[in-house]
Amino acid sequence: MSFEILTYAFMHRALIAGSAIAILCSVMGLFLVLRRYSLFGDALAHSSFGGIALGLFAGIYPLWTAYGVSIISALLITKIKEKYNISGDASIAVLLSSGIAVGLVIISFSGGFSLDIFSFLFGSILLVSVEDTVGIVALTGVILMIILLLYRQILYSTFNERQAKVSGVPVDKINYLIIILAGVTVVTAVQLVGVLLISALFVIPNVTAIMYGRGFKQTMFISMTIAVSSVIAGILISYVFDITPAGTIVLFAIGVLAVTMGIKSAGLLSKN
Amino acid sequence: MLNAVEISNLTVKYPDLTALDGVSFTIKQGDFLGIIGPNGAGKSTLFDSMLGLNTNYTGTIKFFDEDIKKSKTYRKEIGYVPQKPEFENNFPATVSEVVRMGLRKKSDDKKVDEILQQLWIHELRNRRIGELSGGQLQRVFIAKALVNDPKILILDEPSTGVDQQSIDLFFSILKELNSKQGITIIWSSHDLDAVNKLANHVACLNRTLFFHGKSETFFSDDKLVKQYSEASMQEHMHHH
Ligand SMILES: Nc1ncnc2c1ncn2[C@@H]1O[C@H](COP(=O)(O)OP(=O)(O)OP(=O)(O)O)[C@@H](O)[C@H]1O
Ligand SMILES: [Mg+2]
Repeated sequence: MSFEILTYAFMHRALIAGSAIAILCSVMGLFLVLRRYSLFGDALAHSSFGGIALGLFAGIYPLWTAYGVSIISALLITKIKEKYNISGDASIAVLLSSGIAVGLVIISFSGGFSLDIFSFLFGSILLVSVEDTVGIVALTGVILMIILLLYRQILYSTFNERQAKVSGVPVDKINYLIIILAGVTVVTAVQLVGVLLISALFVIPNVTAIMYGRGFKQTMFISMTIAVSSVIAGILISYVFDITPAGTIVLFAIGVLAVTMGIKSAGLLSKN
Repeated sequence: MLNAVEISNLTVKYPDLTALDGVSFTIKQGDFLGIIGPNGAGKSTLFDSMLGLNTNYTGTIKFFDEDIKKSKTYRKEIGYVPQKPEFENNFPATVSEVVRMGLRKKSDDKKVDEILQQLWIHELRNRRIGELSGGQLQRVFIAKALVNDPKILILDEPSTGVDQQSIDLFFSILKELNSKQGITIIWSSHDLDAVNKLANHVACLNRTLFFHGKSETFFSDDKLVKQYSEASMQEHMHHH
């Protein structure tokens, strides 16, 4: 093994885009995990699969249709959940399976699986273009800015909706905002780890970070660090051993979680 | 003195029952009102309506002479301590982060520190919220409610399940807030003795308003107290 891999331009793009996506997913994921919405990312990813299939079928750039479908289904599921009082996990299950079902039907119309579909299912971080990389970094910046500007409102309504409402936080609007941002994040992240492993990036670094962190900002920072390290390590390791980056990234993050659990059960970490 | 709160003919109906029926009373600025009533009397329902969490009511609720259905600005003047401070047990937030959530203005660290000192939780400021005892947690939530300098503090029977020492500290804090800082306090409780000791006004609620007035008047009238206790007792039997 040599450091020559660090000189390839495609590797630079992969590491930059991957790190941006890692930061974005860990931040959005922390709010989702604490809102007991851990699988929401997964459900959105599956519905975006339907969107990707639709784009490929209609000859539109598949990420655009994926963004559209992801945001629409996120809003739809929230409305349905409110209106018919369906529990969170059941509504996620409905969303998850409808996305895949729609995707599969469209794909069979268009004559079976193509290579493109596979790259969305399993990720294709080594193939990101310069434009993609710029787009991903810009989007990450915009979403982080929004979160920073509305930090107190988002945190408070995640902590306790009723109390936030009494304090004048527009909780309903904030909830919709979180859901839309999650929808955008998921589709962006599909390029890195693919539809099938999205929720790993949302959930695993945060579950780990919550065991270490005391405060919220600290936890968020730890989670970002774990996510970025996992992405960088995963990309490099997978390249050296010629294995799939998506799987390696997620396994690395799971490794960090396992070590944390080990440390915790050995009693080396204060129990939080 | 100015009315802090004016409630007229407040009625709240849930599908199966009427939780509040034609309740009317006023609270003057500077009052310390204890609201007593058995389980299911409608205390939390009353608070939810006052706080804008339940808008399904008939009658009117006014804060500082303004109907809350027309103007939401009154919320700035209210601090609310919920009956159950519900949050995820492993929520990663420190005491000072939770108190800061209540802050409407830009991060005002001096104010947060001041409140933490006042409520004897300054040493706990970097502890995770889920690690605290019931009494400590209660004071954190009072701190969060006070951090905006509210004119009115609304507490929904927050003293349940807390040890005696914390209860005493809690009572002395309430007393001080009311007498020294002039904060109007509206506090629901099951504890008749505590209400007798602390509050200067009492409202007895049991779906309808059973009594409202000075606490001396209520507690010096054995017949009233007995009547109230019997009504509560009956309600209690009903539930079992
Ligand atoms: N969302 C709701 N839907 C239907 N009924 C409700 C709802 N909330 C409260 N109730 C009913 O309204 C009545 C009043 O409840 P409320 O919680 O206001 O009583 P409370 O005085 O606060 O009781 P406690 O002392 O136990 O806290 C109860 O019979 C309760 O079951
Ligand atoms: Mg109650």
